[in-house]
Amino acid sequence: MLEALTQLLLFQLAGEVVARGLDLPVPGPVLGMLFLLAALVLRSGPSHELQATSHGLLQHLSLLFVPAGTGIMVHLHRVADEWLPLVAALLASTAATLAVTALVMKLLMRPRTAAAADAP
Amino acid sequence: MTPKLAEIWVYLAASPLLGLTVTLVAYQGAYWLYRRAGCNPLANPVLIAVTALVALLTLTGTSYPTYFAGAQFVHFLLGPATVALAVPLYAQFRRVRTLLVPVAAGLVAGCLTAILTAIAVGKWCGASTPTLLSLAPKSVTTPIAMGVAERIGGIPSLTAVLVIATGILGAVGARWLFNSMRIDDPAIRGFAIGVASHGIGTARAFQVSEEAGAFAALAMGLNGALTALLLPALLPLLRAWMGA
Repeated sequence: MLEALTQLLLFQLAGEVVARGLDLPVPGPVLGMLFLLAALVLRSGPSHELQATSHGLLQHLSLLFVPAGTGIMVHLHRVADEWLPLVAALLASTAATLAVTALVMKLLMRPRTAAAADAP
Repeated sequence: MTPKLAEIWVYLAASPLLGLTVTLVAYQGAYWLYRRAGCNPLANPVLIAVTALVALLTLTGTSYPTYFAGAQFVHFLLGPATVALAVPLYAQFRRVRTLLVPVAAGLVAGCLTAILTAIAVGKWCGASTPTLLSLAPKSVTTPIAMGVAERIGGIPSLTAVLVIATGILGAVGARWLFNSMRIDDPAIRGFAIGVASHGIGTARAFQVSEEAGAFAALAMGLNGALTALLLPALLPLLRAWMGA
């Protein structure tokens, strides 16, 4: 576990250094994730230890949002002032994203399924 | 309060122990309620825990920075957890090859739709620029969304709450929307839920079928990465559009 945790922190650190060093607008941990993904592709898979540690960390991922989420108490006035655009944007954008993603995929997958259906 | 109790409170209120402990207790209580509610997306544990903590801090007159001094130890783990997302993402990687074109096109279309419609509707209804920038990454998983919000000038804690709300909306409404659109391929349904409503939607998709869940998990990871790369790059254009 210690080894895998060190590995995750090293990738995060690498992501942070590259993001700040090259002045990239991408969050450091996201770059770290992409670096680790590249490493996993190159080494064809995670070690057993990394697999177990990631699983443990991600199993309780929701807990990790709680401290930041509680920060909403500082911004309650903003939510109270702007609740209408927030609610409207969330409803419309979530529905539109679901619909557009599904329609684009359905459109591009149709040839494949049609060909399969035509086959004897 | 007796003088002794008051003394203990003064000590505890200033120590990180209390903030850390109440975070863990609130989350475990909320998780217990969520399980009792049959994992209903409306009983989202983060939402319940945050509501309870905000109420507790307000009632005891504790400031957020005082609370965060303790809670930051939990918060810190978001970084390594984001890096760890590479592991489940790798596990889904092989599936992409067979459906490369529909997956890539659906991903790009969904990612842009999520960002642009959120800003367009929010702007049309009169939201301020920091609020719009907090809305923009709302469809991606919380650690990435918060990191992006911070980078582009949004408010990370507002983003965290908007991300959770988006996840709940997608998890509750997707079934109804897909049925009315006559979309029944579980791969498409799962992938679209993952793009639109990240982990909360993914958890819901896994309850429906293994295939839908796997595609949702894949979509969540890919959209997180794409949004993190695309949104900061689009920022100058978006700022011009928002008039800020």
